[in-house]
Amino acid sequence: MNGNSTIGEAAIRAGCQGYFGYPITPQNELTEYMATHLSRKKGCTFIQAESEIAAINMVYGASLAGARAMTSSSSPGISLKQEGISYLAACELPAVIVNMSRGGPGLGSISASQSDYFQATRGGGHGDYRTIVLAPSSGQELADLTHRAFDLADKYLIPVIILGDAMLGQMMEPVEFKYEAPEELPVRSNAMRGAKGHPSRVIKTFTSKPSELEEINWSLFRRYQLIKKQETSYEAFMVEDAELIVIAFGIAARIAKGAIKTARSNGLKVGMLRPITLWPFPSDKVRELAKKTKYFLVFEMNMGQMIEDVQLALEGKGEIFFHGRPGGVIPTPSEVSLIVSRLCYQKGLK
Amino acid sequence: MRKVYSRPKSLKRNPFHYCPGCGHSIIHRLIAEVIDEMNLRDIVVGIPPPGCSVFAHHYFDIDMAESAHGREAAVATGVKRTAPEVIVFTYQGDGDLAAIGTAETIHAANRGERITSIFVNNAVYGMTGGQMAPTTLSGQKTTTTPYGRDVSLEGYPIKMSEMLALARGAVYIERTAVSSPANIRKTKKAIRKAFQAQIDGLGYSLVEILSACPTNWRMSPLESWQWIEKEMTKEFPLGVIKDVTGASDAN
Repeated sequence: MNGNSTIGEAAIRAGCQGYFGYPITPQNELTEYMATHLSRKKGCTFIQAESEIAAINMVYGASLAGARAMTSSSSPGISLKQEGISYLAACELPAVIVNMSRGGPGLGSISASQSDYFQATRGGGHGDYRTIVLAPSSGQELADLTHRAFDLADKYLIPVIILGDAMLGQMMEPVEFKYEAPEELPVRSNAMRGAKGHPSRVIKTFTSKPSELEEINWSLFRRYQLIKKQETSYEAFMVEDAELIVIAFGIAARIAKGAIKTARSNGLKVGMLRPITLWPFPSDKVRELAKKTKYFLVFEMNMGQMIEDVQLALEGKGEIFFHGRPGGVIPTPSEVSLIVSRLCYQKGLK
Repeated sequence: MRKVYSRPKSLKRNPFHYCPGCGHSIIHRLIAEVIDEMNLRDIVVGIPPPGCSVFAHHYFDIDMAESAHGREAAVATGVKRTAPEVIVFTYQGDGDLAAIGTAETIHAANRGERITSIFVNNAVYGMTGGQMAPTTLSGQKTTTTPYGRDVSLEGYPIKMSEMLALARGAVYIERTAVSSPANIRKTKKAIRKAFQAQIDGLGYSLVEILSACPTNWRMSPLESWQWIEKEMTKEFPLGVIKDVTGASDAN
């Protein structure tokens, strides 16, 4: 199954009730999958919206009425959705937003890239907010993290971004779907469907009192702290005795893994840390690794974005190197192998 | 003694903050009366816009969720498709529905979404200080057309209701005004009819209401009401623009 369809199937099994999309390459298989399958499911809605902006606002409407709602797009389209994501964050409404990212800036290329890391992990739209960002690196993880995304969104009442890329979306891989939501999900208690049996409610983001907004910002911030504590996740691969640790996420980590296996077969002690949540970033784990390991190679398919989080985590400890390929160029494992072995040679690592 | 007039249940006990002569408070009240009379309070969700009426939830005693500027029709679509039993209405101004939200509005109408839009046309951006709106009249002075709207540069007052009437999914569109007791009564009737079209599941309905903004028009309330009747209705004639609610080809 291709990665985009995998997300669609996993979303339906997670109980997604509303999907609102707009065509953009390289994520169209997801929209088409939902048009074929979600639209036929009882009580569920599929709309091909007139724009990405309309799509995210339909998600906003569906979410406030209590549905598990989702949209997907790719980089330029995700930029258009930022207004809506900011409102979702402000109103504490759960939603899942998939970005099968491509090269940028501008219309860019349709090939895989990781250049939306900053946008995804820093909120993306206006205002002081964060979204949970999940970075899958395989077909199986696309399925697992899609399910997790819906649960996290509902648990913390927060928009959750799945940050994939063109390659993950197009790649065909066997997948096992481990979860099936019950036929009918309970309606969220705060779903807005009319003031029957309770006082009327308001979902608002605007206030004329700065102190009121400050309190809202604090309450969001406290939740973000809780998410950091409870939901940070990563994969550590052969790090125990590693003298050099590659830090990479998503498809780049998949590429790097091949290079690390080659390095190990050549006797080089190289490991990898792969953040699965990009926000919250596994800073504590990076710090912990720096107690034993001195050298870190950050590898990204951009000009260096996650490296800033690594630098912040290391607080000046260790030595950080960077290898990046922007623009939608797909680096090969042998290219990363070369960088790794050169670094090991330069630093005298055996 | 018989009580003949009181605050609708769908309005809270908060005094309106709107300027003297502003139409919002009248329109709020009309909507609340219709919601009461049609017994919709338990199942209605209102989507107010940014702008002066961003505080609509301060007055309406119904479920309300704010929308980003111009996105009300998309938000309402999301609500309605998720919970078809809910009666959803958007409350939008002219900058909102006729400029930034044109795409969302036209496509919601074209899909025949079972939602109702209350479109308050006062020919200016009110809350931001009286800038030119898409519906500003030719020659009308605003803070961004200080020499009067020059149609050769700034285009013509846009006629959303007439444009929307072309959408097959729109079943009921009427333009009214809150410029006189008679027109206020007609407006209430139109709002009721628009809600009824939604209840009957026929399609998209919209009531465009010509309303005064005396503060930004630099007029007294009375002058502004007269200006609606004398000037605005020339460009925006009142009446039913489309009504296929009784026709067999209504969605």
